[in-house]
Amino acid sequence: MTMINWYGVWAIFHHEMTRFFRTIMQSLLSPVISTTLYFVVFGAAIGGRIESVEGVPYGAFIVPGLMMLTILQQSISNASFGIYFPKFSGTIYEYLVSPVGWIEVTMGFVGAAAAKAMLIAFVILLTSFYFVGANILHPFWMLAFLFLTAIGFSLLGFIIGLWAKNFEQLQIIPLMVVTPLVFLGGAFYSADMLPPFWEAVAKLNPVLYLISGFRWSFFGLADVPVGVSLVAVALMVVICMAVIRWIFATGWRLRE
Amino acid sequence: MAAIIEIDNLSKQYDGGTKALDGVSLSIDEGEIIALLGPNGAGKTTLISVICGLVTPTGGTVRVGGHDIRKDWRAARRLIGLVPQEIALEPFEKVMNCVRFTRGLYGMPRDDAYIERILKALALWDKRDAATRELSGGMKRRVLIAKALAHQPKVLFLDEPTAGVDVALRREMWQVVGELRREGVTIILTTHYLEEAEEMADRVGVINKGNLLLVRPTAELMGEFGAKTLTIELDDPLPAVPEALADRGLSLSDDGHCLHYEYDAKADRTGIARLLGDLSAQGVSVRDVSTRQSNLEEVFLSLVDGTKESAA
Repeated sequence: MTMINWYGVWAIFHHEMTRFFRTIMQSLLSPVISTTLYFVVFGAAIGGRIESVEGVPYGAFIVPGLMMLTILQQSISNASFGIYFPKFSGTIYEYLVSPVGWIEVTMGFVGAAAAKAMLIAFVILLTSFYFVGANILHPFWMLAFLFLTAIGFSLLGFIIGLWAKNFEQLQIIPLMVVTPLVFLGGAFYSADMLPPFWEAVAKLNPVLYLISGFRWSFFGLADVPVGVSLVAVALMVVICMAVIRWIFATGWRLRE
Repeated sequence: MAAIIEIDNLSKQYDGGTKALDGVSLSIDEGEIIALLGPNGAGKTTLISVICGLVTPTGGTVRVGGHDIRKDWRAARRLIGLVPQEIALEPFEKVMNCVRFTRGLYGMPRDDAYIERILKALALWDKRDAATRELSGGMKRRVLIAKALAHQPKVLFLDEPTAGVDVALRREMWQVVGELRREGVTIILTTHYLEEAEEMADRVGVINKGNLLLVRPTAELMGEFGAKTLTIELDDPLPAVPEALADRGLSLSDDGHCLHYEYDAKADRTGIARLLGDLSAQGVSVRDVSTRQSNLEEVFLSLVDGTKESAA
């Protein structure tokens, strides 16, 4: 069993977090502003006309969905940009010639991307307390979902960054795939509110399971069983890790 | 002295069928400086890339400090520092952080005192807090060297360290390499500037089409292939080489002001004294004489041409 190069992991993690704090205004302020706008529009303006969803005030109901939206977007963009930038600037050679393997590189980049996404999610949560008050039924499970989702989508972002050959490709999956999945995954509504056919279709969307599980940790309400949500996100982590391991083993889009 | 790098029958064939390395074997001793010469596409960078882990070989083995680069890659890579051909730096990162980062990547604990020492040695200490994009080309190249040295490697690869840099900077790089040599770092450099190899290397390896044509001590190579030329500057131009001296292998410059005489510096008799005496007897008045040893470029070209001829 090879010993993990922890200094290497820390070097990558620290380097990525430094970049985050160097651009703290863009990193933290822009998601907070956009989330605040969601609260104002959906929570106050529209939510004022919707009394409640399954007994939860609409403003509070959308908090988990908004946090998930942010976690997903931030995890993917941070991790994909994190690994794409060295490819773009040419500094990727350092990772390939130094004594760090796929596990260290992944832990460093994905760990930093997930940490940044979680940090932003907490700021959004604190912002939401201002609008709708604090209400978390299962804080431990809330954290568990937050952590697993951040890791899962950072891994996905990492794969996108490894795959991308240019900045357009870097943007295309988050824009074309992830954002629609989040909006159609029940960020702003319960799947139960859909007609039966569309409810069945919605259940094919993996993001629904994440939002559902996460919302359960807040209010005890879920569209799908919580165990299924946990298995879905854990499965995603395992599949992404296997893909990354394959990329590093073959050097696809990395070497030569 | 013990070998720090042992390359045995190394080959690399790309998917398209191009053979970039064709059974290269080479042993490099600890503390020596070896220059790899060859035309573009000869396989120099591929050889370095395989040893450093950037390219996967299709055959053969490489051991660095006794560690196989594939089976025991972590231990092998810890011993190696690479200065790539292209300048690749994170544009917004500070110099100091860049070097610290590389040290961490190699599994070494933070040591700012050591980094201070290398930044000072490379005349970068004053720029430690500058973002790399603010630096000049020469400084960026020195940052790459500082990064490659951040983890105290035993072997340093310099892939065309002075490509595209001006003469002053090239001299500066040579000085840096000289200092590293004094510290006992083994250096493998590739270069297009043959003067560079001649100036710095203990041994020269010539690569062409993926084959290592020869590896010799630089001085020996120069002695073996390096004929000397005596240039005799004349007071008055000559219309042609005097008939009495026609069998001496002399050539006359176009303007008739200089005679060139090629001779073997190692021979018992170079024939210079006799030639000068005969010139005087012919009434040719000599203003000045100078000698020049053929440089590695000529040596290199004669070697590469030789392989072309033998292949034909």
